[in-house]
Amino acid sequence: MPERSGADGPALGPRDLRLVGLRKAFGSAVAVDDLTLTVPAGSFFALLGPSGCGKTTTLRMVAGLETPTAGQVLLGEEDISRRRPYERPVNTVFQSYALFPHLSVEENVAFGLRRRGRKNVKGVVAEMLELVELGGFGRRRPGQLSGGQQQRVAVARALINEPEVLLLDEPLGALDLKLRRQMQLELKRIQTRVGSTFVHVTHDQEEAMTMADTIAVMNAGRVEQLGTPRELYERPVTRYVANFLGQSNILDGSVVEVRGNETLVDVHGVGLLVPGRLGAPGSTASFGVRPEKALAVAGDPTHRDPALRNAIPGTVTDVSFTGLSTQYVVRTPWDQELGVFTQNAGGETLVRRGDPVVVAWRPEHTFPLAAGTGAMPDDEPAAPPVMAPVSS
Amino acid sequence: MNAVVQAVRRHAVMAVGVLVLVYLFLPVAVVVLFSFNDVTGRFNFTWQGFTLDAWRHPCRVPGMCEAVTASLQIGAIATVVSTALGTLLAFALVRHRFRGRESTSLLVFLPMATPEVVMGASLLTLFVNAGVATGFATIVIAHILFTVSFVVVTVKARLAGFDSRLEEAAMDLYANEWQTFRRITLPLAAPGILSGALLAFALSFDDFIITNFNSGNTITFPMFVWGAAQRGVPPEVNVVGAAMFVLALLCVGGAELLRRVRTARR
Ligand SMILES: Nc1ncnc2c1ncn2[C@@H]1O[C@H](COP(=O)(O)OP(=O)(O)O)[C@@H](O)[C@H]1O
Ligand SMILES: [Mg+2]
Repeated sequence: MPERSGADGPALGPRDLRLVGLRKAFGSAVAVDDLTLTVPAGSFFALLGPSGCGKTTTLRMVAGLETPTAGQVLLGEEDISRRRPYERPVNTVFQSYALFPHLSVEENVAFGLRRRGRKNVKGVVAEMLELVELGGFGRRRPGQLSGGQQQRVAVARALINEPEVLLLDEPLGALDLKLRRQMQLELKRIQTRVGSTFVHVTHDQEEAMTMADTIAVMNAGRVEQLGTPRELYERPVTRYVANFLGQSNILDGSVVEVRGNETLVDVHGVGLLVPGRLGAPGSTASFGVRPEKALAVAGDPTHRDPALRNAIPGTVTDVSFTGLSTQYVVRTPWDQELGVFTQNAGGETLVRRGDPVVVAWRPEHTFPLAAGTGAMPDDEPAAPPVMAPVSS
Repeated sequence: MNAVVQAVRRHAVMAVGVLVLVYLFLPVAVVVLFSFNDVTGRFNFTWQGFTLDAWRHPCRVPGMCEAVTASLQIGAIATVVSTALGTLLAFALVRHRFRGRESTSLLVFLPMATPEVVMGASLLTLFVNAGVATGFATIVIAHILFTVSFVVVTVKARLAGFDSRLEEAAMDLYANEWQTFRRITLPLAAPGILSGALLAFALSFDDFIITNFNSGNTITFPMFVWGAAQRGVPPEVNVVGAAMFVLALLCVGGAELLRRVRTARR
């Protein structure tokens, strides 16, 4: 509909957004470091990472509000890195909404269309306000709206321009949980309907998992891993990702031998099988297993299920019942604590605190971790940034 | 008894408020009242009867209307120039990081902190040494000099609360630099600029001390009143004062009305 498609040829669908070697340094501080990734056209893409990891800076470079120190922003084959913000088919929903306080809701939403010389915008604006369920609010000022309503105005104001890429910078951060969930579904619905590429920035892993087709996990200015929510959860490749998305039990050992498509790893005297060929005998290896993939059983686990070939003995030190599941903490002989979640499906044998148990799981549920990606010195997630409730 | 105490309590704030307002407006009321005085002698100090003579023929006092005209002209020029300069300066100080920004910020305060008498005398010294004849032009220069600081301070205060992300949002929404300034920056800074301009005009129209040093043969309204006071201030002076007051009221009232109409329309 806008002149943009007229200028670039008719019926031009959204193009892939590609960031190539993108880097931004503020003085000596590097906010974004050699970022390379492709956002498929029409996808709902999430940039997930703790506060301060460079998400906003990345979006600002895509929007043209920050000049990259190095690297390129490409739309399809076209390099838009040097274009002014108003020359890019990209719109942003800002972290703080940035609604114009002196203009009515209608005029806020109409702003982009008017700047590009569209006449008779009233109908389109009314339609857009309906879409975000703000039908009767057109004449109000932004100051007269609640946080959730302002957020929807910000979305409407960006979306009405039918951008190829819509950037959303933690747009739900200021909302309470209930409204958040509601808006997550709403945004997803709108994206499916308009078909633009959405790049959604968040530090909330659950939000990223529920909304996005593809997630890029960022850490300290770099992408740690990129994939579908399921891939990231089932096959995290770094400690950081393994701990940032959900919980993980991470074990370190040394390779004993490679057996076909499996590797036998010695962890403090316990032999464990990991899928794939991890390296030469004697080299160090790290891998993990999700707590809900593991069982805590008394006695030999292979009697229950012959596939439970990985087993570590230990003692139960804590049991907590959450309703949905029972969560056990098991201490290994080398004093590492392992988590085990057992679904409350009925018929589980009860294990009590102090019981000797074996933590068992199938080798194929083990995920090897890249060696040397020592982003994290220990098994703890980057606690301070992850815990921060709202990013900067 | 209890009821009385409660009534006092309830209305104490109101009563104090009214007293302060009376204190503020009594002199203005006297100015307006005595512009209708039917003066017989030289002095307009005692009430002698109601007349509209002074309002009908304000210019019959020799020299007064010329003085008012001079003051209005000087005020207008000084306001336009100092508002423009002051606004630019305020933008530079708030928006840009340049060498000497801090010291400029401090220096801007100097003219406000300098006693007017000192400033007036020094300016005269400067003009005399430079061989500039004092008159209309030197008054304008002097007025711009001491009003700029007030504009800078007023506009700066407005810009300090300005979220620069609004401008980024505008650029993101296809507004180029000029459109962003025109649609976002200017409307949001306008109240500050307007207050700065009004303040500059009021200060210029009102100034006696600095003007007196640098006026040459030009006579402004405050100087006229000062001169007339030797012989007795005619009620026509009160007419000018009252008119200025009414004009100011109309400006403020008009602005408020405009704001309300706009809000209602949106
Ligand atoms: N304008 C700036 N000047 C200096 N440092 C900045 C600036 N903007 C961001 N940074 C720094 O860059 C890093 C990444 O910031 P940001 O992109 O805002 O992170 P996020 O959005 O992921 O929370 C932070 O350490 C931040 O302090
Ligand atoms: Mg941010």
